Amino acid sequence: MQVVTANRLIDGRVVFRDAAGRWCEAFAAAAALEAAATTQAVAESARDVAARLIVDPYAVDVVATPAGLTPTSMRERIRAGGPTSGSEVAAPRLDRAA
Amino acid sequence: MYVYDALDRRFVAARVEQFRDQVARRLSGELSEEQFRPLRLMNGVYLQLHSYMLRVAIPYGTLSSRQLRTLARIARTHDKGYGHFTTRQNIQFNWPSLEMIPDILAELAEVEMHAIQTSGNCIRSITADHLAGAAPDEVVDPRPYAEILRQWSSVHPEFSWLPRKFKIAITGAPQDRAAIRVHDIGLQVVKRDDGEVGFTVHVGGGLGRSPFLAWTLRDFLPEKHLLAYVEAILRVYNLYGRRDNKYKARIKILMHEAGFATVRDEVEAEFERIRDGALELPAADVARIARQFALPPLAARPAASPREDAAKAADPAFARFVATNVTPHKVAGHASVTISLKPIGGVPGDATAEAMELVADLAERYGHGEIRVSHRQNLILPHVARDDLPEIHAALVAAGLATANAGLVSDTITCPGLDFCALANARSIPVAKDIARRFADPARAAEIGPLDVKISGCINACAHHHVGAIGILGVDRKGEEFYQLTLGGSSGEDAALGDSAGPGFPPERVADAVETVVSTYLAHRTAPHETFLATWRRVGLAPFKEALAHVGR
Repeated sequence: MQVVTANRLIDGRVVFRDAAGRWCEAFAAAAALEAAATTQAVAESARDVAARLIVDPYAVDVVATPAGLTPTSMRERIRAGGPTSGSEVAAPRLDRAA
Repeated sequence: MYVYDALDRRFVAARVEQFRDQVARRLSGELSEEQFRPLRLMNGVYLQLHSYMLRVAIPYGTLSSRQLRTLARIARTHDKGYGHFTTRQNIQFNWPSLEMIPDILAELAEVEMHAIQTSGNCIRSITADHLAGAAPDEVVDPRPYAEILRQWSSVHPEFSWLPRKFKIAITGAPQDRAAIRVHDIGLQVVKRDDGEVGFTVHVGGGLGRSPFLAWTLRDFLPEKHLLAYVEAILRVYNLYGRRDNKYKARIKILMHEAGFATVRDEVEAEFERIRDGALELPAADVARIARQFALPPLAARPAASPREDAAKAADPAFARFVATNVTPHKVAGHASVTISLKPIGGVPGDATAEAMELVADLAERYGHGEIRVSHRQNLILPHVARDDLPEIHAALVAAGLATANAGLVSDTITCPGLDFCALANARSIPVAKDIARRFADPARAAEIGPLDVKISGCINACAHHHVGAIGILGVDRKGEEFYQLTLGGSSGEDAALGDSAGPGFPPERVADAVETVVSTYLAHRTAPHETFLATWRRVGLAPFKEALAHVGR
């Protein structure tokens, strides 16, 4: 399974594509897709690149865990959850729709 | 400190407006990301894992209180209340919005700062000894030459699209605190017996996936030829440096592949062609710029400070702070104070807006309004009276900024790693925190003595792990973070690349591995003053490797 992610153009924040094709900051909102649907979702994301909402959309492998979906790679887990060890870790993340 | 002239001001202001237009055209869709990327990189703007990142130049690591307050305001207004000081004496803001970056650059321009050439394949912001102008062993203050090189290299039309980035570091002291032998060009200002000032020129140092210590191209280059000679080096590099493979594009690879003698002969031939021309440095111009870096008026004082001695006797924490974080000054009765940005359990190099403002205030009150940033990711008050040390220490204690660990195990150099950086393979910050906690006991840290630990989250080696006494490199091993140790490296005048200490360790074992290395050193050193490197050079890798074999992996 995969989810589609990108960075928002205006502020660079990590965003995930939900089932309605919107870009959300919350990983939990991401639509989990099978291979064919992922290919289509990445292709459709090109429209949002052209519309200047996002940059560099791509698919991320995820797995189901008891706590919900989680990316398989450390890099994508950190992108999804924020820095594990930065000065701002205690600060709340703001959610803002693209 | 250097003050912008009208030309500098116009240049920086024009660049802000140019970038404002470029950002507007990106946001309007006139520029694609592919077109915009090289433009933003020329202005220090990266797109990292979580956000854009803005890298602001602090040329040769020198800041005024006013400038530091502006950095604090930017941290508070446009970031999450902090900034990150780097191994290249820059500051990075991790969370700016692209649309606000032109305003940030305008704020910076008001205090004579910018982000020009902090990224991209150009001559990067020039770094220098953080104790320049203050250190007792210094022969000549290197900063006027760093400033001359900054002016010469800023949007130099021939060198704005080099094969790869190009880093210059300069020191004016025999003790190398600027890591000049691991830079593309490392300059040491020297004075001959006859009083003539010139430079020892090192070329082709660099770390990353192919680490090299620099070759010495010239033992003595007369002052007036600085720009012509450096231009000759850049011209040879620009012509012959590889552009087919970014991993083989730095000048070190050219030196390695073409050979030292070939490159030297090409540089000397080009230098002969252009010397004594427009690039010759007029002595009057050097003197004019040097005057701007004059030592502040430091009143003559007795070498010893009874106030300092009384405070040391009364307060062991102050005594420890003086032992580790206070270094002698060239003027009697004065000192340079290192403000460690490595609190135990904190993020190495991070400073909150409040911390920056406090340091700015202390500099203004006790240190002639001057602050330095070291490549070791700390802040320094270069010129303070020893009599004022108790008050400075008390203010730092109150703000939680009095960590007495400068140069000790917990004073690591640490890159942002996978917590922030798009290039990283493994995290650095949690490893640094673990190590700092392990060596938090001041008595034990003092017993161990100076020991530099450098932690990079990928092979690009931003934390200079190859030249750490203990170097730690994070790698990705089948999707898991894994850390390899190198031992015996040095970035000083005795520069050396570390040797691999064998197979690596999972994250939770790194502090154990460091502890094992430290214990092995303590067991083998002949006396408390025998440094780690001295012991290492005497006993070699074997006892360390043997001890590390017993650390779980």
